[in-house]
Amino acid sequence: MRIELNGEPVELAACASVSQAVDALGADPARGLAVAVDGEVVPRSAWDATALREGQQVEVLHAVQGG
Amino acid sequence: MSGLEIAGRSWESRLIVGTGGFRSLETMERALEASGTEIATVALRRVDPTAQGSVLDVVERLGLFLLPNTAGCYTARDAVRTARMAREALATDWVKLEVIGDDRTLFPDAVELLRAAEELVAEGFVVLPYTNDDPILARRLEEVGCAAVMPLGSPIGSGAGIRNPYNIQILVERAGVPVILDAGIGSASDAALAMELGCDGVLLASSVSRAKDPVGMAAAMRKAVEAGWEARQAGRIPRRLYAEASTSGD
Repeated sequence: MRIELNGEPVELAACASVSQAVDALGADPARGLAVAVDGEVVPRSAWDATALREGQQVEVLHAVQGG
Repeated sequence: MSGLEIAGRSWESRLIVGTGGFRSLETMERALEASGTEIATVALRRVDPTAQGSVLDVVERLGLFLLPNTAGCYTARDAVRTARMAREALATDWVKLEVIGDDRTLFPDAVELLRAAEELVAEGFVVLPYTNDDPILARRLEEVGCAAVMPLGSPIGSGAGIRNPYNIQILVERAGVPVILDAGIGSASDAALAMELGCDGVLLASSVSRAKDPVGMAAAMRKAVEAGWEARQAGRIPRRLYAEASTSGD
């Protein structure tokens, strides 16, 4: 299944979860991460349970220097 | 010096420092320490797994209050989404709301800003909006429930100081929420002036992070904000056209 992960096309297993997308990015899930699927925030508590669909846009953000 | 109070929380320092622009996390840490700040802003960006070190580590180590911002947002929709992401990522309801109108001036888009502020207040955020020096817009932001207003002195990163001190003065006079001068500070005198105009605090980043000696400048800014505040409290003499002799009989 192909999704867009932080602007890049990525192949994941069919029915991959948000957690798996975060892992695919190599992101450290331990802290300071937020995920949005098609513009809607998915709380951490729902990462495992939220299955992704073909073509969805996933954004994984974290805190950086700024402001 | 009595403290800065916003939305029921208070801090001793009236200087808020942004984390943007520092050449290294190490310099950033030393500068934040030297500034005496108790609040630091961070931005939200796509994860880069190759990045070394974390701004959050530094902020946590220094025990600073974290204030995420919606830097890089040009529409209310983006800003609201980013704020929600920040709330999720950082477990805070506080947000510095930036909705930019164009990328050369980085001035706020007043219409989108007001829209975003109203939406975020309704969603339970504590909203600190980066705004311009228009006292009417500041009043509107206050009316929709913002916890403070943060007028710019001049464009972000410009170091041009406070371009319209008269507007800032009017804004301060009429504000019912704390006023934090945010953007355009260039050097210590600008920060002191902001406080003398009656601002409750100053938010700065580039003036420190991009100075030749960020740690030195951070220390200077700390003193400037304190000096400006104390001068304001002490009640300055008025500006006169003519002399007023200090010795009787002259």
